[in-house]
Amino acid sequence: MRKLLLSSIIIFVALIYIGRLSYLQLIWGNKDSPLNDTAIKQVFDYPERGYIYDRNGKLLVANQPSYDVMIIPREVTPLDTLEFCSLLNITKEDFTRKYDKAYVYSPRLPSVFVPQLSKEEYAALQEKMHKYEGFYIQKRSLRHYQTDHGANIFGYIREVSEYDLRNNPNYQSGELIGIQGVEEYYEDVLRGKKGVKYIQKDRFNRDIGPYKNGSYDTLPEQGKDIQLTIDIDLQTYGEELMVNKRGGIVALDPATGEILALVTAPSYDPSLLVGRQRSKNYTQLYYDSIANPLYDRSLLAMYPPGSPFKALNALAALQEGVIDPSTRLTCQNGYYYKGRRLMGCHCGGGSRDLVRGVALSCNGYFANVYRRIIDKYPTSAEGMTAWEKHMNSFGLGDYLGYDLPIGKAGRIPNADIYNRMYGKHRWYSTTNLSNAIGQGEILTTPIQLANITAVIANKGHYYTPHILKKVENQPISDKNFTEKKYATIDSKYFGPVIEGMAEVYRNGTARSFQVPGIEIAGKTGTAENFTRIDGKRTQLTDHSIFVAFAPVENPKIAIAVFVENGYWGSRYAGPIASIMIEKYLKGEVTRKDLEKRMLEASLQEEYAKPYSGKPFRINE
Amino acid sequence: MNNSFIRKIDWLTVILYFLLVFIGWVNIYSSSITEGTGSSVFDFSTYYGKQLTFIGLSSIFITLILAIDAKFYQKFSGIIYLLSVGSLAGVFIFGKTIAGQTAWYDLGFMSIQPAEFAKTGTALALAEYLSDSQTNIKYLKYQLKAFLIIVLPIFFILLQPDPGSAMVFLAFLPVMYREGLPSIYLLSGLGLVTLFVTTLVFGAIGVCVAVFLFLTLYYLWRKRKKKMVSVLPFITLLLITIVITSSVRFTFDNVFKQHHRDRINLWLKLEHDPEKLREIRKSIGYNTYQSESAISSGGFSGKGFLEGTRTKGGFVPEQHTDYIFSTVGEEWGFIGSTAVILLFTFLLLRLLFLAERQKSKFSRIYGYSVAAILFFHFMINIGMVIGLLPTVGIPLPFFSYGGSGLWAFTLLLFVFVKLDANQINEWEDLTELR
Repeated sequence: MRKLLLSSIIIFVALIYIGRLSYLQLIWGNKDSPLNDTAIKQVFDYPERGYIYDRNGKLLVANQPSYDVMIIPREVTPLDTLEFCSLLNITKEDFTRKYDKAYVYSPRLPSVFVPQLSKEEYAALQEKMHKYEGFYIQKRSLRHYQTDHGANIFGYIREVSEYDLRNNPNYQSGELIGIQGVEEYYEDVLRGKKGVKYIQKDRFNRDIGPYKNGSYDTLPEQGKDIQLTIDIDLQTYGEELMVNKRGGIVALDPATGEILALVTAPSYDPSLLVGRQRSKNYTQLYYDSIANPLYDRSLLAMYPPGSPFKALNALAALQEGVIDPSTRLTCQNGYYYKGRRLMGCHCGGGSRDLVRGVALSCNGYFANVYRRIIDKYPTSAEGMTAWEKHMNSFGLGDYLGYDLPIGKAGRIPNADIYNRMYGKHRWYSTTNLSNAIGQGEILTTPIQLANITAVIANKGHYYTPHILKKVENQPISDKNFTEKKYATIDSKYFGPVIEGMAEVYRNGTARSFQVPGIEIAGKTGTAENFTRIDGKRTQLTDHSIFVAFAPVENPKIAIAVFVENGYWGSRYAGPIASIMIEKYLKGEVTRKDLEKRMLEASLQEEYAKPYSGKPFRINE
Repeated sequence: MNNSFIRKIDWLTVILYFLLVFIGWVNIYSSSITEGTGSSVFDFSTYYGKQLTFIGLSSIFITLILAIDAKFYQKFSGIIYLLSVGSLAGVFIFGKTIAGQTAWYDLGFMSIQPAEFAKTGTALALAEYLSDSQTNIKYLKYQLKAFLIIVLPIFFILLQPDPGSAMVFLAFLPVMYREGLPSIYLLSGLGLVTLFVTTLVFGAIGVCVAVFLFLTLYYLWRKRKKKMVSVLPFITLLLITIVITSSVRFTFDNVFKQHHRDRINLWLKLEHDPEKLREIRKSIGYNTYQSESAISSGGFSGKGFLEGTRTKGGFVPEQHTDYIFSTVGEEWGFIGSTAVILLFTFLLLRLLFLAERQKSKFSRIYGYSVAAILFFHFMINIGMVIGLLPTVGIPLPFFSYGGSGLWAFTLLLFVFVKLDANQINEWEDLTELR
């Protein structure tokens, strides 16, 4: 027994120590990568963000250098705060606050102390920088816009927020991230890949050389340049036409689905959101809750489409076989059902076929058409489902799937909605007759309207609208954008509808803004709309809507224009669409009077009405 | 030395010794080489260069130690012991003070720490005394004399002050126990330490209540088996407990120095004041934290020779001396550090095995002492480096940088190798001859 005591203790201690080592080295220590070591510092090498070009190769967005003052709180030694603050143009309180914030983030990792100095500020600071230990200057590149337009398309870049940092481990404090527009959607393409150097440090935090001779280091990968489908001249022109108005213009190339222009009004100069003033300017734009310049109406605003939707009902009726182009239906200055007038009409009354029905935008005609579609089936619900399927195939009622980060689904009502509203089997085609003329429960965004115009122009198919044309001169290959999508309507049925829309230009509501030498097919629209003033539902002046494509043979452009509270489709939206088409196809506008009138037209008075606090008249 | 002698040497021990010394040197090299200097291993301005010299000189010492007649060590044990104690006393006159410890003789090119060598002297003297046929360690008279042999060097070492080295002399307790020291000494020593630690953690009253409950239960259990059980020993034990526990706080606060208290507070996680805790962590806790994280960052297979980032960055203080094991942990990982522990364990068990097979009592006791001393160093040093024991600054035998330490351990070990190799010649066991 006495002989064995010491041996036992030795073995016992050895086992305990091996146990402790297993804990330290196998359980506790194995979590981190060897590069994530206090003894190794990571130094990043930031690549330049990719440039953005328009469809014709014009440079839209480039870069400019900017200088961030960075801080590593642990390394800061007592300094002449007063001088430092005056160099940076901040107060002593700012200094303390920023220092504390950086310390809370991490005493060991760099944080941005003052972001985005200009070249002049940088020059003044640079020569004194050596005096301030724990601070250094990090060069970054900021956006440099070559155009004052297209802010909604580009989006902007800003420093990553704490939220971004928590959710995306690829970013470090102070790095830049794209927000909204193509900057957000194509962030991974534009950003490139930052390079990293691993530096071995000693316990005094001094660099003592590259870790493992730099074998883990990576070189920065430049961000890729992208070419957009946008025609910046058309975009600029569209934005100018929409000055002092609210609404949106979406122009597509029907043959490819490329977005030629994506105008929202009011908009802002993209350069406002660059540099140190970004935050201030952003706040200003953000709090303009009346004009809402940050709200992209071309993608987000959902309106009832109004008359242009009649073309879709006509197509659905042809496909369902409930009418043929020569079917004549009678309008009695409106539509009557069991002696009750359900809707009025401006067409003058009488009996008409499909082409005239479309050309005159006859409500009575389309009320009949709509009822025939729904009533073809044993129950209204089944009819509604058949109708809904046709509408969905035009890209309505759901997200279109374009390559921008925001959007709205719009709405195509289905049987469920009416079952909920009225009860099963307790509603009929007359109950929701407004759907016949694009009002009621239907909602579309301007880009959806432009897309259905493209479907009609293509006689039955479309390509998902998209904004990216090339990456580093390589055309996109995403199947979502390069493969045709078909509507459920056979192409043979499109002829009469297109003929009717051409007739709108020749003899109908759009005849006053024909474009010499170009045959256009279009459709005006007017949508009633309401707001709440002091809790009371109040009707405002109708929205002015126009959709068109041109030339009728071999269409090159499909366009949807939406002007809020512009009244008739032919008052603002129609002329603007015709000018845009002429600009795009001819390069210049010959009808100078019309152009001048549209450029100078202002609806600000109209927009001020609901806020005036006084009673006002609409639709003047 | 003839061939038969060479054959009688326990080569296993010798190989283990050189293996440990070699591994130790590799790690000293790694922890003291600076990036880019690229100087040779014989650069004497560096730690690894110096240590290589010390190792070379050790080999000469080994030859000398083995060449001297084995009987010399026993015959002159008393003189060696007195010289050791004299050298311990001498530092106060001729010695040099480093970091508050008057523990060194300055030889110009190197410093010698007599406390390291005093272990060998004490081991020899104790072995000589205990192996004397007249000595019977079961009796108090002889126990006191034996304790005197140990306490004398401890006294001078504590004066330096170097409590860490002094603590190593407790290694002689298990040696004496092996030779018949009543177990009461070990038990009461163990009990004292246990009471001390538990009182610091749970408080005097808690410990007293626990001991009382335990003794009562034990008493009742004994009574059920035997009719007559005296209550007296139980009451005595309880009284002793009460006296000890109530004096722990006082001892801790008044006898211990602040830095000792800090170490123990950190070890037992007693300090709850976050402000003070942060201060302790910065000073003493810093070493432990850095060494623990260096070891744990090694993972299973380590970062590789010269690839330890903490080692290169010099994050662990005193890494080439007391904290050398953290280099093993970082660069060679779990595999390497476990291997070193197994090598030590193997050497210690081998020494105990050799000790047990000695025919002479003197050799056996001496061999036992060698194993016990090495074990104490091993346990206290590695326990500290891996964060299981409080910080006590003593070297890891054969590993830590330092000539005086290396030579002292070499001397300690190879005297026993010599004694062991000589045992066949001991037809006339020295103790019986006398």
